Amino acid sequence: MNIIDLKKVVYEYFRRDDEGNVTGITTAVDHVDLSVKPGDFIAILGHNGSGKSTLAKHLNAILYPSEGTVWVDGMDTTEEDKLMQIRQTTGMVFQNPDNQIIAQIVEEDVGFGPENLGVPTKKIWERVEESLKAVGMYEFRKKSPNRLSGGQKQRVSIAGVLAMHPKCIVLDEPTAMLDPAGRREVIRAARALNDVEKITVILITHYMEEVIYADHVYVMDHGSVKMEGSPREVFSRVDELSALHLTVPQVTLLADRLKKSGLPIKSGILTRDELTAELVRIKSGR
Amino acid sequence: MSIIIDHLTHEYETGTAMAVKAISDVSLQIPDGQFVGLIGHTGSGKSSLIQHLNGLLKPTSGTVYVGGEDIFDKDYDKKKLRSRVGLVFQYPEHQLFEADVFTDVCFGPKNLGLEQKEVELRAYDALKKVGLEDDAFYVSPFDLSGGQKRRVAIAGVLAMKPEVLILDEPTAGLDPAGREEILGLIAGMQKETGMTIILVSHSMEDVANYVDRIIVMNKGSVMLDGSPKEVFSHVEQLEEAGLAAPEACYIMRDLQKAGFDLPGDVTRIEEAADAILNVFGSGV
Repeated sequence: MNIIDLKKVVYEYFRRDDEGNVTGITTAVDHVDLSVKPGDFIAILGHNGSGKSTLAKHLNAILYPSEGTVWVDGMDTTEEDKLMQIRQTTGMVFQNPDNQIIAQIVEEDVGFGPENLGVPTKKIWERVEESLKAVGMYEFRKKSPNRLSGGQKQRVSIAGVLAMHPKCIVLDEPTAMLDPAGRREVIRAARALNDVEKITVILITHYMEEVIYADHVYVMDHGSVKMEGSPREVFSRVDELSALHLTVPQVTLLADRLKKSGLPIKSGILTRDELTAELVRIKSGR
Repeated sequence: MSIIIDHLTHEYETGTAMAVKAISDVSLQIPDGQFVGLIGHTGSGKSSLIQHLNGLLKPTSGTVYVGGEDIFDKDYDKKKLRSRVGLVFQYPEHQLFEADVFTDVCFGPKNLGLEQKEVELRAYDALKKVGLEDDAFYVSPFDLSGGQKRRVAIAGVLAMKPEVLILDEPTAGLDPAGREEILGLIAGMQKETGMTIILVSHSMEDVANYVDRIIVMNKGSVMLDGSPKEVFSHVEQLEEAGLAAPEACYIMRDLQKAGFDLPGDVTRIEEAADAILNVFGSGV
């Protein structure tokens, strides 16, 4: 069974003027079909306003579809009595860590979620410990979140979600506000959760480098899925992505330039190692 | 307009056990018309530094000269400073508040006490500069796209006609096309007007592609200062400071290790492509 299943999902909202009169209808999500297998690492790309975040909010019943159906681990998100269970299945991490951290001490912040679920105290501490260890923040457990860097704060946010034992985590641009080291830390933590803990990860991002290890990439535009495939398939379509206001990883961009200038490089280069190997091959073949 | 930062130190919560030096003894000279990139990990002191440049923070010691005048002198006109040095904060679109775009951009110059006609002229001029289409002038700023909103917010600062423009991560959260659009706009404006620009960024590619000079902050001090080529040749030092070099630098290093004879100071993808093609000969 798929952990997430979307069938012909449409989300519309009314635009209103100051007096509350409806001035138009915007279709933010437009007939999206999407299925995610347990344990997958999925990436969603798309320009600002393409509907990625709106779509993400359907995955733990923050928003409900206007048409179509969203199933989370087999549960229809419109079933009200399943709400707690759905929110526990899919956890969300947002862009700004400062909006997500509430406690004065790191370990208390991480314990907040399971406490609200009514987990017994002893179990809460176990969960806090394992979650903080999973994101590499255990040594900071007694610190004040205010004293942490952006990447560290964001990893605490992830631990907070992790402590609720979700099967799936949705990360909505978790690195947009971080410096290079912070971005690396967060992406490493997300990949570890996927590899080691076998948690399904759905990553929404504007950084193309972050998605090259994903199992499957969806590209959104105007509320619908315009491209999908493995990172290699998607990133070999450089010109199409550029038309959708996106780009490709820098290495892929360079390989594409070289190819267009006449070097016989194969398409879909994603890493520096691949590029080096390819250039060495071309050099020795001459 | 030139900026001279003279032995600037800023300490938060001075005299308490919590005292932290956000900036310690920084001296810098930024000549008129320079396009400067300011980089550093979160908490390295870059935001504290730029907040001194238009007087939002007062130094614990040291001072700043803008256009030759000491801005922390008690007789200095702070209002004049705010119109001279424009500061665009992170996520500036969160500060849009008026009912329509044009009125929002008028807010700044109106507060300078200018005549209505001049205010409107400036607002129009600023919106044109950021490339906003005429039909977007009278819509609510909240109906615009992320990139458009940010351009409106920048226009709001430009309408004050600053001689120095400081932008704190103007591309954070934007998609790749939006990022290029904003940076292209800033670079174009810089060329056209010769304005002094300080760009704070977490994207090494952005600074490599656009600025004349990079200043790297670490633990409240200036760690590196030079052209993009100079600064990005210190890859290990940058990584230790929580930063990185542009991907192009890493690619070139890998290729050099694999035995390719390539220049060591490449920072941009276009340069990398040219250098590699050069090695293979243009006849391939």
